[in-house]
Amino acid sequence: MFFRSLSVFFFAIASALAADQPLLRVCADPNNLPFSNQQRQGFENKLAELFAAQLGAHLEYTWFAERKSFLKNSLDAGQCDLVVGVPGSLTSVDTTKPYYRSTYVFVARHDRNLGITSLNDPRLTDMKIGIHVVGDDYAPPAAALARRGITKNITGFSLFGEYGEANPPRKLIDAVARGDIDIAIAWGPFAGYFAREQSVPLDITPVSPAMFLAVPFTYDIAAAVRKGNTALKVQLDSVIAANSAAIHEILSDYAVPQVP
Amino acid sequence: MAAKNYASTRYSTLDQINTSNVKNLKLAWTFSTGLTHGHEAAPLIVNNTMYIVTPWPNYLYALDLTKQGAPMKWVYQPNPTPASQGVACCDTVNRGAAYYDGKIFFNTLDVQTVAVDANTGKEVWRTKLGDINLGESITMAPIVAKGKVIVGNSGGEFGVRGWMCGLDAATGKIAWRAYATGPDSDVLIGPNFKPFYADHRGKDLGVKTWPGDSWKIGGGTGWSWVSYDPDLDLIYYGTANPGPWNPEQRPGDNKWASTLFARRPETGEAIWAYQLNPHDEHDYDGVNENILLDLNINGRMRKVLAHPDRNARMYIIDRTNGEVLSAETFAYENTSSGVDLKTGRLKFNEEKASGFKTIRDACPAPPGGKDWQPSAYSLKTGLLYIPHNNLCYENQGTQANYIAGTPFVGMLVRMYAGPGGNRGEFSAWDPVKAKTVWAVKENFPAWSGALSTAGDVVFYGTMDGWFKALDDRTGTELWQFKVGSGIIGQPVAYKGPDGKQYIAILSGVGGWAGAVVAGGINTVDGTAALGFTNAMSDLGKYTTKGGMLYVFSLP
Repeated sequence: MFFRSLSVFFFAIASALAADQPLLRVCADPNNLPFSNQQRQGFENKLAELFAAQLGAHLEYTWFAERKSFLKNSLDAGQCDLVVGVPGSLTSVDTTKPYYRSTYVFVARHDRNLGITSLNDPRLTDMKIGIHVVGDDYAPPAAALARRGITKNITGFSLFGEYGEANPPRKLIDAVARGDIDIAIAWGPFAGYFAREQSVPLDITPVSPAMFLAVPFTYDIAAAVRKGNTALKVQLDSVIAANSAAIHEILSDYAVPQVP
Repeated sequence: MAAKNYASTRYSTLDQINTSNVKNLKLAWTFSTGLTHGHEAAPLIVNNTMYIVTPWPNYLYALDLTKQGAPMKWVYQPNPTPASQGVACCDTVNRGAAYYDGKIFFNTLDVQTVAVDANTGKEVWRTKLGDINLGESITMAPIVAKGKVIVGNSGGEFGVRGWMCGLDAATGKIAWRAYATGPDSDVLIGPNFKPFYADHRGKDLGVKTWPGDSWKIGGGTGWSWVSYDPDLDLIYYGTANPGPWNPEQRPGDNKWASTLFARRPETGEAIWAYQLNPHDEHDYDGVNENILLDLNINGRMRKVLAHPDRNARMYIIDRTNGEVLSAETFAYENTSSGVDLKTGRLKFNEEKASGFKTIRDACPAPPGGKDWQPSAYSLKTGLLYIPHNNLCYENQGTQANYIAGTPFVGMLVRMYAGPGGNRGEFSAWDPVKAKTVWAVKENFPAWSGALSTAGDVVFYGTMDGWFKALDDRTGTELWQFKVGSGIIGQPVAYKGPDGKQYIAILSGVGGWAGAVVAGGINTVDGTAALGFTNAMSDLGKYTTKGGMLYVFSLP
């Protein structure tokens, strides 16, 4: 509580000196809910606003699609100083302390009553499984399925859609609701947010086991600064530590599945 | 066209510059493109005008060779969308333009083909061929064969489906599109398709050799070279690696990825195909150049194509029917033990098979014994001149990655110099005897194209910025010049309006190999740029970025 009051105190000073107000420059995807969009409706937008407020900084965005060379062309190229959410184990940037941990999840229609929780469930052999194509590969749980010989009944859904189409990754969750596929395996934040937008109830269950060979299915998520930008990282670590309740509330608002 | 002629020999009949006077070669004039990404294009010279296509934003410059210092006549700016930069896997390069019927044809990174009036610089037509938002882009140099502009897509690192298109040169209308995967109707395989080998025959192999419907994201893009034989009326090109990357997720041969195709230019109809790397395990694209030669092999004249593949083998293939005549190694490799000439199948070394497991000391690394950098052939010596790599790699552990908010891990790939410690080589190859004649070691991968000339001199450039002339029979270095930035372009020879022979080359380091400099990649992370950074971390000590054309002549 003391810490939080202190932050508010600093914020007050910074506001008083608005002419010298520092900039918090953030790179974010303009069309990728629930994370971010240009209308600032994503939870990473809300988190950026929280961070900026706590740092007494003016928030400024550079919009850049989060594709393969995103970090190279945005954060590393000096277009911004902060990317709100990346895997905490990323080595090409400096990351803050993780502020949430999520998991890949199964998504199925509630009325199918499948109750599948494990990648080893024998029923997966015969089901139509949808999974995102991330870069030049399927999302991680597909590696565990492939080792069990499950490859024929997998449908790849691109994370990238036609220009102008809102939030391309949601197609995978829409396909579950429509019944085009029996079950989807998706990164938690997509599943939680887009499941809520469907007209039929969907069940969301973390995949188990949580890891296969060296491939994890749960990830710590942290904020990223450019390598060597220790000053900003230290400030953000303080903000994250002092605002865990507020951060948790934002993530809950967007139905982000969290795991310990 | 970028490759000089339909046969893609890159052989110039000009002989004013020769082995005895090349030492006097001097800089004639220069031109800055004003851009800093990798410059891979070949300057194109038509009617005393030089045309240069730049990396993104893909300017087309026209320079007037009739005036002193070759002033700019005009610049055409296609204004590709800035977002396309984030889509290109390996720097934002462009490999050049083609001329036909008064127009210059070239491609933009955001998946368009453009025709520009060669005199005025005015746009005649532009055609959108794909969608950058699906991960597609175009980096290749088109050719025009039988009135069709032949264009293929890039983007194998983004789970796209590869294709090659024929566009009507007059209107830009898409005449045909041949996919690399899927049913025969999509691949344009019909009754006239007669592959040489039995395992290439059968209905819809582009579907049946994949699990489920994964062929829809199966890769096999056509991002590199196209050759044409007007007598046989066939175009030749190779397709890129299959996707997804993890081979366990795509059991089967994965046709028609990593495959050479012979097609009719007017209709795209496939006549034969040969899969170089069935079920590719190492990112060995089949896109490298195909040089069309008529050779006396075992006492018989054969119409062949010479294809130095990523897998480090020089394929000599009968271009009338797709029969492999030889496939010996031009660079160090240990991932295969040869090609079975009866079945046509590459004999993979299972010990080096990749996937989610540790492999060590696999050679060549994913950029291959050779990547896109095009070889040349001399009609005088009968030798091929091959700029190439000497790289090995290991797969060990995993690294976190992240796209569109989605965390994932990939295998941690580290590349390093192969045996001898040199990362590159420039060698001369006898395609009849199927062996190396001479080789010059290079510190960095030899990532530029080669040029052969009737003056018995071959040219190429290095990534640390040396433009070199060698004796084409011995490999002896006769001349070199230090340019401003590393060279990954394609040297060309031309006769100026003054009757003199000139040699031109773009400098401007970048590309996949040079992304460490052009992209400002942090060298602490050796796995950046798809694992190439580890092998290239010292490049920044040798060169900086910046696109500049250099033109040389005798005094």
